[in-house]
Amino acid sequence: MTSTSTAFEKARAEGRAALIGYLPAGYPTVDGSIRAMQVMVEAGCDAIEIGLPYSDPVMDGPTIQAAAQAALDGGVRTADVLRVVEAVAATGVPTLVMTYWNPIERYGVERWATDLAAAGGAGMITPDITPDHGAEWIAAADAHDLDKVFLVAPSSTDDRITMTAQESRGFVYAAAVMGVTGAREATSDLAGPLVQRVRASGDVPVAVGIGVSNGDQAAEVAAFADGVIVGSAFVRALLDHPDDEAAGLEALRALTADLAEGVRRAAR
Amino acid sequence: MSQQVQHKSRYDADDRGYFGGTWGGRFMPEALVAALDELTDAWHEAMADTAFVDEFERVLRDYAGTPSRLYHAERLSKKVGARVLLKREDLNHTGAHKIRNVMGQALLTKRMGKTRVIAETGAGQHGVASATAAAYFDLDCTVYMGAVDTRRQALNVARMQLLGAKVIPVESGSATLKDAINEALRDWVASVDHTAYLFGTAAGPHPFPSMVRDFCRGIGDEARAQCLEQYGVLPDAVAACVGGGSNAIGIFTAFLEDEGVEIHGFEPGGDGVETGRHAATIHAGEAGVLHGARTYVLQDEDGQTVESHSISAGLDYPGVGPQHSLLAATGRATYTPVTDAEAMDAMALLSRTEGIIPAIESAHAIHGAIELAKRLGQEKGPDATIIVNLSGRGDKDMGTAIEWFGLGHAEEGPEADLDQTETVTQQ
Repeated sequence: MTSTSTAFEKARAEGRAALIGYLPAGYPTVDGSIRAMQVMVEAGCDAIEIGLPYSDPVMDGPTIQAAAQAALDGGVRTADVLRVVEAVAATGVPTLVMTYWNPIERYGVERWATDLAAAGGAGMITPDITPDHGAEWIAAADAHDLDKVFLVAPSSTDDRITMTAQESRGFVYAAAVMGVTGAREATSDLAGPLVQRVRASGDVPVAVGIGVSNGDQAAEVAAFADGVIVGSAFVRALLDHPDDEAAGLEALRALTADLAEGVRRAAR
Repeated sequence: MSQQVQHKSRYDADDRGYFGGTWGGRFMPEALVAALDELTDAWHEAMADTAFVDEFERVLRDYAGTPSRLYHAERLSKKVGARVLLKREDLNHTGAHKIRNVMGQALLTKRMGKTRVIAETGAGQHGVASATAAAYFDLDCTVYMGAVDTRRQALNVARMQLLGAKVIPVESGSATLKDAINEALRDWVASVDHTAYLFGTAAGPHPFPSMVRDFCRGIGDEARAQCLEQYGVLPDAVAACVGGGSNAIGIFTAFLEDEGVEIHGFEPGGDGVETGRHAATIHAGEAGVLHGARTYVLQDEDGQTVESHSISAGLDYPGVGPQHSLLAATGRATYTPVTDAEAMDAMALLSRTEGIIPAIESAHAIHGAIELAKRLGQEKGPDATIIVNLSGRGDKDMGTAIEWFGLGHAEEGPEADLDQTETVTQQ
């Protein structure tokens, strides 16, 4: 297992922000999603977030919903997600699972932590678990030395930001906007102040997600954050080429290269 | 966080929203936590403010028509051998118990200074109630409704629109109530600074299960007092239908500490639990987390929510309010499935014996109450008393009734179907 901190350390050593890419497992197929994530690693992602498709994704906009639903319709199972983790972690980049809570509770929290660690996973991002309602996950993650990435939002109070920063390991996921996942035309002016508030609470790296879809936006965010998280734009690249895997992977490679150039261009 | 003012019983949630230490809670995105905390504080402060409580009671009385009557269904009672009392929530303004919840939440919205409300709706009853409250309190209103349900309940879509609400059909997932909740939550994440989410049932993240219960508990408080006043006794049993469970928790709450009173929830059994096409969440589901609360959920081996089925759109939900999960787990209440066919028989029976056309939701409770009455009548005699929450009227369900019974053609008539119904329920 490669812990997420190595991605941030490497980026920091190069004087830039880390690029973190998201795709759901199982879209377009389980093997297809592995190939797509391998392309993202080759083209410059420093860490990968693997989405566990879920029937009721309240934090996701239409793009990720569509791919996750297609993955579920294609029969993806929780065990398949672990297979994707194993394949992606084998590339050497830190590999996290991003998942809503119920599939984990159903799988068994302790069993999940054991299997995720065995597959080489670095940890988990939990969009619908906050540290104050996540005791079971925190205990399992600590026992298996897994990263626990919690979210903060522009609406978070200072007390909650402090609590979240203290409970997070790997990084803190700063939601740049008040809204669900999806590409936005302009970067959010709420993200910068939010990152500053998290930084004031501890040493854990802060990565900004939601709304970033191109190299210029990545450069803007990379100027003030430790990491840039991109999800919907990657998913869109695949959704736009439903019947042509090679074209989808090419689009993914080009987008990754653009974003990777963006995080290196930023004035820091 | 402010102190909970009302006396807490062992069936109430703790300060973090957990019932019995396990059920409920708040499994929600951090982006909504500040709003949920703000709502929790505002609700606690409002319930401790006599001016708010008085205004809530005044609005319900003068505008919504409460207290609703407790009516002795004499012909039905004679048929079943025990005293059946109907809590006539169907006579409230907008035709269901849901007006109580929305007037409470909308009054709170005004108090919090927000200008817009959003709501999800299944059958459309909560959407209509929300649109009504929004008109009354001069709030902008957007209602999310599963696309499948907008077709099943077109009349209610029109009612909401006439009342000035915007109705947005939800095509994602199974395009029913659970997906409407998902979409309303997505709206709320982006609009939370000026928008209140009028949650339609006693489910979801803390404080909704407790807050909605508080706004609906007048049903049971009234029924308990009315029963004592009119008959000098407490009932032997209380019955209600359970989808998300707001009408049920609304009538159950007053009786939870009355140990001699049986409490029965009737869940939508659809085509029969054994067919897999049902929404009997407590009876056939397993503990999990859905829409922010740990509760019984219809789910597959991987924790994916399973699509529910009920002839009644208002009960067609794969989760249930977490307090019901506690009441089931502790044995304080019993939850039993009632099939579509049994509910439709009960709808016809009540229409014929009492001249009351119940909502199909409520017809599930009527069927359950009839079965209870037969047993309790034998055990305790004809004075055995059952209060059933007649939570809504059936006008909205006439399309379903026309199809089910083959009604609407004057030359054919409904005689055959309904007579058959009576023999079935009379046995």
